[in-house]
Amino acid sequence: MDLNDNNREKIEADLLIEAVKRYYGYDFSNYSKAHIKRRMSVFLSKHRYESISEMQHYVLHNPNIFEDFLNNFSINVTEMFRDPGFYKDFRESVIPILKTYPYLKIWIAGCATGEEVYSFAIMLQEEGLLARSTIYATDFNSKALQKAGKAIYNIDTIKSYTSNYQKSGGKSSFSDYYMANYNSVIINKSLKENVVFAEHNLVTDGVFTEANLIVCRNVLIYFDRDLQDKVLALFNNSLIQGGYLALGTKETIQFSEINSKFSTISKENKIYKKTSI
Amino acid sequence: MYRAIVIGASAGGLYAIRDLLVPLPSDFRIPIIIVQHLSPTSENYMVEFLNKNTSLNIKEVDEKEPIKPNMVYIAPPNYHVLIEEDETFTLSADEKVNYSRPSIDVLFYSAADIYRKDLIGVVLTGANDDGARGLFTIRKNGGLGIVQTPSSAEAPQMPSAAILEANPEYIIEISEIAKLLIEMNKRSD
Ligand SMILES: C[S@@+](CC[C@H](N)C(=O)[O-])C[C@H]1O[C@@H](n2cnc3c(N)ncnc32)[C@H](O)[C@@H]1O
Repeated sequence: MDLNDNNREKIEADLLIEAVKRYYGYDFSNYSKAHIKRRMSVFLSKHRYESISEMQHYVLHNPNIFEDFLNNFSINVTEMFRDPGFYKDFRESVIPILKTYPYLKIWIAGCATGEEVYSFAIMLQEEGLLARSTIYATDFNSKALQKAGKAIYNIDTIKSYTSNYQKSGGKSSFSDYYMANYNSVIINKSLKENVVFAEHNLVTDGVFTEANLIVCRNVLIYFDRDLQDKVLALFNNSLIQGGYLALGTKETIQFSEINSKFSTISKENKIYKKTSI
Repeated sequence: MYRAIVIGASAGGLYAIRDLLVPLPSDFRIPIIIVQHLSPTSENYMVEFLNKNTSLNIKEVDEKEPIKPNMVYIAPPNYHVLIEEDETFTLSADEKVNYSRPSIDVLFYSAADIYRKDLIGVVLTGANDDGARGLFTIRKNGGLGIVQTPSSAEAPQMPSAAILEANPEYIIEISEIAKLLIEMNKRSD
């Protein structure tokens, strides 16, 4: 037997993950352990709990605390035109091919509070593709989705988003796409028309749609290898042949089983194309 | 036996890190993991710079990459670096900590948790107090704390904060830190 604090904490963490899975149906058991530990310790100090066991009591007995727990775990950190180089590359290497389709189904998975969705909508609009696209934007965090649907963002972010937009190869003026209002901006309604927001959990929910393009950026980094593989298989099954997959700059399909079915369009920006079924 | 060395630096860090790594021999075995604060948009030219100027193998941390001996890993701009129990890296785009991403504290907490007493933490020059609490945690778990003498640092605030918070075993200049690491590396052979 190994009676030390470190070992006890590990057991407490495992029990909490199990409890959340059984009671609330959210399965974090294949998230990165280092990530889980970090989020638990952030949550612990925020609520000043003495131990993970104490935290478990409140998470299980108080749905409001659970909601906060979920937010703390789901990291909704995002930006418009995050990694402008990615968008620039995408415009140059993928958009011309997408233009050959009469109709586009796009799945943006793990869309957080929507900034990425509107970035894509703007790019598609500028390329004349938005009108023939449907964007399915999903996340497992309903609160984040609600915010995404409202499309209202803090005005302080606009300066850096404008600079991102310009670096991403934007063809217009960024201010054309929103209305400013005291402390906030609201994204133009027209950009929302072809967007469908829906709750979808990549761990527990199945194939989503026959997509021409799947964008899932900065989500897989939170998963362990097995879960990454499982989710990549789900993406493979949700893409048409010739469809594109775009991951975050630090994510890759290189080590997964689907690797052989895809060709690399951009190594640097992690854009892949499904070449065989 | 030390299994990893974690180093944090901020303002003035590029040259401090170079000066620390230059004396290390090419067969330096203990893996070194470095967080240097950078602007989020900067290209990581540090890797190139250090590869050119030292005899070590320097590379940017990749997601889920195994941590190997004879390697120096640099945190990528805009991601925190975490360490898993199986000694692989996990990157995270969580909120900034101490206004920084990557944050030195975040790396230090995670490394302290995995390597416990087999870890050396080093805090170098910087104009904030990232790394202080992390170094405290490293020492609490039995690891070794080393801080650059504040008066010898381009920006003394970060080393001073780490000294105050963590009460490290060594407060020495960069050239002495290099000698100490070489000694520790020999002993871990
Ligand atoms: C760091 S954000 C990335 C946002 C955006 N894609 C970007 O790159 O800016 C990660 C998102 O993944 C979502 N997420 C985490 N686990 C998920 C799961 N199992 N199913 C669906 N979404 C998940 C979180 O709620 C969060 O909104």
